Amino acid sequence: MQQPFTPEVIAEHGLTPSEYDRIVELLERHPTIVELGIFSVMWSEHCSYKSSRVHLKRLPTTGECVVQGPGENAGIVDIGEGYTVAFKIESHNHPSFIEPFQGAATGVGGILRDIFTMGARPIAAMNSLHFGDIDSQGTRRVADGVVRGIGHYGNCFGVPTIGGEVHFSDRYEKNPLVNAFALGIMKRDQIFLGKAEGVGNPVIYVGAKTGRDGIHGATMASAEFDDEALEKRPTVQVGDPFLEKLLLEACLEAMRSGAVVGIQDMGAAGLTCSTCEMGFRGGTGVEIELDLVPQRETGMTPYEIMLSESQERMLLVASHGRAREVIEIFHKWELDAVVVGRVTDDGKMRVLEHGEVVAEIPNVFLTDEAPVYHRPLARPEGEVVLELLHDALDVDAEGALLELLASPNIASKEWVYDQYDHMVRTNTVVLPGSDAAVLRVKETRKALAMTLDSNARYCEIDPRLGVMHAVAEAARNLSVTGARPLAVTNCMNFASPERPETMWQFSETIDGMSEACRAFDTPVTGGNVSFYNETDGRGIFPTPVIGMVGLIDDPKHVTTQWFAKEGHAVVLIGDETPALGGSEYLATVRGVLTGPLPGLDLDREKAVQEAVRTAITDELIVSAHDCSDGGIAVALAECCFSSYRLPAVGATVDLDFGLDAITTLFGEAPSRVIASAPVGAVAKIAEICRRIGVPCRQVGIVGGDRLRIDVRGATSVDVRVADLESAWRSRIAAAMAVGR
Amino acid sequence: MKAEVYVTLKRGVLDPQGKAIQHAIEANGSDAIAAVRQGKYFEIEVAPALEPAAARAELDRIAREILSNPVIEDYRLEIHE
Repeated sequence: MQQPFTPEVIAEHGLTPSEYDRIVELLERHPTIVELGIFSVMWSEHCSYKSSRVHLKRLPTTGECVVQGPGENAGIVDIGEGYTVAFKIESHNHPSFIEPFQGAATGVGGILRDIFTMGARPIAAMNSLHFGDIDSQGTRRVADGVVRGIGHYGNCFGVPTIGGEVHFSDRYEKNPLVNAFALGIMKRDQIFLGKAEGVGNPVIYVGAKTGRDGIHGATMASAEFDDEALEKRPTVQVGDPFLEKLLLEACLEAMRSGAVVGIQDMGAAGLTCSTCEMGFRGGTGVEIELDLVPQRETGMTPYEIMLSESQERMLLVASHGRAREVIEIFHKWELDAVVVGRVTDDGKMRVLEHGEVVAEIPNVFLTDEAPVYHRPLARPEGEVVLELLHDALDVDAEGALLELLASPNIASKEWVYDQYDHMVRTNTVVLPGSDAAVLRVKETRKALAMTLDSNARYCEIDPRLGVMHAVAEAARNLSVTGARPLAVTNCMNFASPERPETMWQFSETIDGMSEACRAFDTPVTGGNVSFYNETDGRGIFPTPVIGMVGLIDDPKHVTTQWFAKEGHAVVLIGDETPALGGSEYLATVRGVLTGPLPGLDLDREKAVQEAVRTAITDELIVSAHDCSDGGIAVALAECCFSSYRLPAVGATVDLDFGLDAITTLFGEAPSRVIASAPVGAVAKIAEICRRIGVPCRQVGIVGGDRLRIDVRGATSVDVRVADLESAWRSRIAAAMAVGR
Repeated sequence: MKAEVYVTLKRGVLDPQGKAIQHAIEANGSDAIAAVRQGKYFEIEVAPALEPAAARAELDRIAREILSNPVIEDYRLEIHE
């Protein structure tokens, strides 16, 4: 047979010539155009993980609490009392740059479907956002649209958006990162998987109709941006959160009926991905007739129907003879539900149009036989200076503290989270703004804490150690709220895998993450890899985002970061020596990114966290705060600020780390927690720390309306808390208001 | 000189609002419609000093860059002397 496609057509499908040859070799013939489209999306980086698979295998994925590890729509962990939680994080970076509002909104919609397709009711959402320079017009456009889009979808759907993180750096100027996290709860015996089982069982299409939206979204997500990116606009989809809410209720009701065998959402690569993956996981085949697929537009071709990324759709397999029952449930919720095919025994996905086969591919060619690349690795040369500037210390400490508090990375994120409903469902115990968000689990006596953490600046300097810091910080953020860390989901945002330097960073990140996750016994239950985050040849910082979930056995032990009462002692648990390398201080006050990073002793970190959790459950500690970005001075200021619960309060603190004032105040180190407690409890806290082998000492006292910090006997900072708080609180809202 | 601008979602882009309107019409007992798509309508009074050709170019730019979101919307500009 003649070669049916020109090299240009193959290239437009994101396939290399050798990948195309491999398709022909596997099929023993040339593909049809529909099949070419199917291979194109299934073999894209986004769906196949072809550059990352060999590395992801090194992550720890099993543990006592893990019920479902990577490979399904979301990971699942056991929280006791017969309940489990499903959670996952996923990127929607590229769509969010092209159309920020809809891109971010559909990112939230996609991750919510990943959760309820497992049988879980979504109860919480969070987001990790990385934008460009906060004062640029481009960032305002993207940040405004993204935040409104997240709020729109989450608020309409009725899931509380309870936390996350927001970072700004010019490295994300034309390539923002929008990583959406969701978590849901279900009984342990009510978990559903994306498997097509039972030959002859009906395959049912449910949810929204298929339109021409988002065709080749999965391929777009795997292509670098250039100035033509704006021409790619029509591939963006529009979401409908109200319809998704109906889909949620209908799916959960259908699952409860006992008539559902398997179910999978249609995300990237829509009908294609769900058809072949469900068959592959079930060890079966799936045959569908496209004439039966509900369509929003007339004249759609098989190619368009198979590659459409219309939102709010699911594919499910019902038990034999129970299709009508399932369809009636969906009709009750005013949703389309149609039998479009059946489960077969031949291990193939077969697509028919008017009864004629338009695509027929063994599932394994699209999944396990997808290309796997061992791409070359190379350590970047000379990009990061590992020497500190000589004049870095020659700065006024008070001015530097004000400047740091007003740095967009540290400043209050309330402009962002005020746009989210964080109270809907009325289970939120700790609102956004403290170290981790906490949610009561009404079905049990317990509470869940969750956090998203990344430290891209650290990872640029040293990806292995940088991500270990991020994992440690995530665990610390949970521990200071009183939670025991359970498990992790990760979102790996990197530049082009075709650069050996990127792959080196990726490989180092996996090794660092593996080591740290093993140390905390927090296995990685799933996640997402997003490559090609670069514009005009300039990559983002390597940005692995850690989503960590923890359990609090008794909600009365939930702790927040804010100083509560005049006269309480300020206690520092942990005494790692701070350093300025890679710090927010150097980035903000001196405008440089320079190493070496502070060290991390994982055993010490674990001990500090255990000590803090013990002191919390023994009801000795009143507040606890992780001491990270911006160093101890910033952490102390944050403890003083007013919250939704308490007014602002001052503190007088005396520090002596045997270092100069600037390094003492703004140097960063892991394994340090600032706690407050009644003076009478300090000896008992010290006793716990002694038993666990962690240093601990009282460094000050809560009270007054000023934050005063003495370093080795000399007053370095003495400012009204109100002045610090206004610098911290106003920065982001002010930047976003420019031009309004 | 007056201008009118119609902004509508591009063909093929999902219109949840239009669907909700259609649903409301149907729920109200009418079976007269098959589909509804909704959009925005602008009436613009043009500054009197502007030359017609310059006005058209400028209104076109305004419609493209401000009144519509070119990612998901189309616009139609009509100018009346």
